[in-house]
Amino acid sequence: MKEFFAFVRKEFLHIFRDRRTLLVLIGLPTALIVLFGFAISTEIRNVDVGLFTVEDHIAITRLMDRIDRSEYFTYIGAYRSEAALDEAMRRGEIDAALVFGKDFAGSLYKPGGACVSIEVDATNPNNASMEVMYLSRIISDYFREDMEAMMLPGTQPASGSLVPELRMLYNPQLKSSYNFVPGIMGLILMLICALMTSVSIVREKETGSMEVLLVSPVRPVNIVVAKMIPYFVISCVVLINILLLTIFVLKVPVAGSFFWMILVSMIYIILSLGIGMLVSSLVKTQIIATLICGMIFIVPVMMFSGMLYPIESMPVPLQWLAQLIPAKWFIEAVRKIMIEGVPVRYVTKEILIITGMAVAFFSAAVIKFKDRLD
Amino acid sequence: MDSIVIHNLRKSYGKGRLPAVDLAGEYRIGKGEMFGIIGPDGAGKTTLFRMLATLVSPESGKAEIEGLDIVKDYRKIRTILGYMPDRFSLYPDLSVKENLEFFASVFGQSIDRNSSLIENIYCRLRPFENRMAGKLSGGMKQKLALCCSLIHSPSVLFLDEPTTGVDPSSRRELWENLAHLKANGMTIVVSTAYMDEADRCDRVAMMKEGKFLAVDSPRAIVSKFDRKLISVRSDEMFRLLNDLRSMDVVEKCYTFGDSHHMVLKPDARTDAGGIASVLEQDFGHRNVSVSEISATLEDCYMNLEDK
Repeated sequence: MKEFFAFVRKEFLHIFRDRRTLLVLIGLPTALIVLFGFAISTEIRNVDVGLFTVEDHIAITRLMDRIDRSEYFTYIGAYRSEAALDEAMRRGEIDAALVFGKDFAGSLYKPGGACVSIEVDATNPNNASMEVMYLSRIISDYFREDMEAMMLPGTQPASGSLVPELRMLYNPQLKSSYNFVPGIMGLILMLICALMTSVSIVREKETGSMEVLLVSPVRPVNIVVAKMIPYFVISCVVLINILLLTIFVLKVPVAGSFFWMILVSMIYIILSLGIGMLVSSLVKTQIIATLICGMIFIVPVMMFSGMLYPIESMPVPLQWLAQLIPAKWFIEAVRKIMIEGVPVRYVTKEILIITGMAVAFFSAAVIKFKDRLD
Repeated sequence: MDSIVIHNLRKSYGKGRLPAVDLAGEYRIGKGEMFGIIGPDGAGKTTLFRMLATLVSPESGKAEIEGLDIVKDYRKIRTILGYMPDRFSLYPDLSVKENLEFFASVFGQSIDRNSSLIENIYCRLRPFENRMAGKLSGGMKQKLALCCSLIHSPSVLFLDEPTTGVDPSSRRELWENLAHLKANGMTIVVSTAYMDEADRCDRVAMMKEGKFLAVDSPRAIVSKFDRKLISVRSDEMFRLLNDLRSMDVVEKCYTFGDSHHMVLKPDARTDAGGIASVLEQDFGHRNVSVSEISATLEDCYMNLEDK
């Protein structure tokens, strides 16, 4: 046991003596969280809207006023012709425009209804479809309220007898950080844990200290576990850091059980450490270890974890591949606990899978750890 | 009693390549013996050390250390073995003291209990106890590495080129320390590139291309040298070397310190005086001094290489 603690102490000393790496370990997650939370956002904001109308009508003026007041859009002004509107769109003055046809006001109360067209700059298709969605929602809301106010009581509204009511569950404000936070947690924890541990054993191989270490009665399992403990502690600090930033800076609350949230994350940390250890037992140089962790692990985590692209819309073989990505299960579990706030029994499957993977990787690392040089 | 027994040990890296170590026959190293291995770079010394230190498994053949098989009983061997690799292999970001404490606890020992063995060596390191191991001088690093490999009082000590890159006074100190350890009954196997160090060993194995070419005490190796050896000097040493090599009677000629040593062919009918006159008259060398000398270990080593 004494031998084991000496080992753990040595690993801590290695980490604390290497200030720069420690700084990266703590600083990188902070930077990534802030970056993904604020800068990289899929929300639409400050969309400039233009207008072309043949005839002025009070309803149109009030509608534009309402659009301008929403947090997503800014009303730039009316253009005299469709050509001018086109020109403004091309110059980048406006991103979206509303075009009201002839006799708009007159046909408003006719059974056929009135017609308005929404034009958007679809260079970025995601943004364009969101702009259309938001604009049409504002328009239909406005006219429904407007109509109801003008209708005589007891009569049926002329149009829109079926009005779909949208409810955004779990993320009513459609904040993209709600989506990114679980993903970024999965990514950062994997990055830090796998990368750091994978380098730690390989470094001893490179500097030759492994040679001396092996010619001692230390057992492989002790070396592996002793190397993991300091990184586990660091990872927990990183985890707390991420959660604090998430809750207080990005204002994404933990809707479900905080205890399970932490526990699932810890299992995932052990899983990632195990992956790092396995890489480290297999390769010979730090460069290869870093490349494997950086390229072979991080990219699939981004692609196949459901963080950037929904897994359901991938081709079937890729969907199978995605099932093998540990981060996918972790991100799903965190989404359920943190964002949806469901009781833990609905996350049992994910937790079991992560635990199983952790055990598998850890055993593989111990088995593959060679206590000889060749 | 034999401390180390090597039997037909063989190891090669990759098929089609010459084996790194290929020791045919049986070699025994006695308890408390100081056994030296000399040979050029790439002779297989490090591979042999790693095999005996249970770090590399042999391809065929076997070896025993203190009666323990290097393949089957490798865990037990690791508790009685001290091994110092050919390059500095401690933690450069830990201090001298931390390194020593770490290796002590890895072996389940405390520093105080084994201080008698390392005290001689460690007393020189004590002023630098809190310095990072990576910032020590070459000689100090070697002392620390030796301390770490001795911390558990091993019964067999392997030192792979311990004096390479170490200044002469530190080298001398190291060998004094080794003599002290040997007096305590420790079996020491050491490889070296310095012939004066090989002279200090009880027995020396000359190794080349994975094979032991000769195994004997340094004196016996020297006495077995049966060829005529001549030392030559003149004013133009570089031209002299080429001229000597062009002579028919010379089998091999090489630089040795400030003179050239040459080995005559077995059937050559000439002597020092004959060579001197040829050099002065045919080649026009001035201030020629030629003398017949008795071989040193280095001469034996130089001539072994070509066999």
